Amino acid sequence: MWIYEKKLQYPVRVCRPNPRLAKEIITQYGGPDGELSASLRYLTQRYTMPTGQAIATLTDIGTEELAHMEIVAALVYQLVKDAPLHEIKEAGLSSYYADHDRALYFVNASGVPWTAAYIQSKGDPIADLHENMAAEEKARATYEWLINLSDDPDVTDVLKFLRQREVVHFQRFGETLMRVQDYLQCKKVY
Amino acid sequence: MQNEQMELMQRLRELEFAAVELNLFLDTHPENQEALRDFNRVACELAEVRQTYENKFGPTMNFGVSTSKGRWQWIDGPWPWQVGY
Ligand SMILES: [Fe+2]
Repeated sequence: MWIYEKKLQYPVRVCRPNPRLAKEIITQYGGPDGELSASLRYLTQRYTMPTGQAIATLTDIGTEELAHMEIVAALVYQLVKDAPLHEIKEAGLSSYYADHDRALYFVNASGVPWTAAYIQSKGDPIADLHENMAAEEKARATYEWLINLSDDPDVTDVLKFLRQREVVHFQRFGETLMRVQDYLQCKKVY
Repeated sequence: MQNEQMELMQRLRELEFAAVELNLFLDTHPENQEALRDFNRVACELAEVRQTYENKFGPTMNFGVSTSKGRWQWIDGPWPWQVGY
């Protein structure tokens, strides 16, 4: 069960349209290291985690990633909402426009639709937790590339918040990995 | 959105962020008493601020967590991404 809260985890207020930046940021909506991938990866892997501690961590981080997906959506939505068609064309978003107008859709920065192949669910908790730690680092790096590409300080501010959350998630997955390793070790001994 | 609504929402957001951080920390440090105390304190304050906000500006959550007064206020805008709150 999930309950919706009518609020963004971090406020998003974009003052001017910027379809070029939207085209790049959308990769954190529907790209390989984006928030949809992150959320579904953790929420799917949790079923085969061996401890309550690991299940809680995957459930809670997977839930926070959904809130981040909403923040990225708000960014893209506001960046293209009032963009005139000629700017959309100049930004290289005309093929996206042909299929979706200014609607949200899960694609990466090159327009390739989201695929379940972006995530892994191995059934081996050690493999899955390593996967998640790598995923958090890749998401952090993506936010850094997006910050380099951003020419709007309001957008950069939001991207910095999202980047920082990936650092925290990496930390929590690392701690979970150690706890799960200890648990599996104890099981072997007794 | 009025200024007062924005300010209360920001207070709600700050408290909930603290709650999320403490929650994730406790997930991997469940024996940490200090974090547990902080979490419970933040959760109490969050509930109070949420009540104040909802009394003035309507429900923040669906499916029975928040109530509506007089009419079904859940459908009222603006929605978060529209004004970025
Ligand atoms: Fe993350």
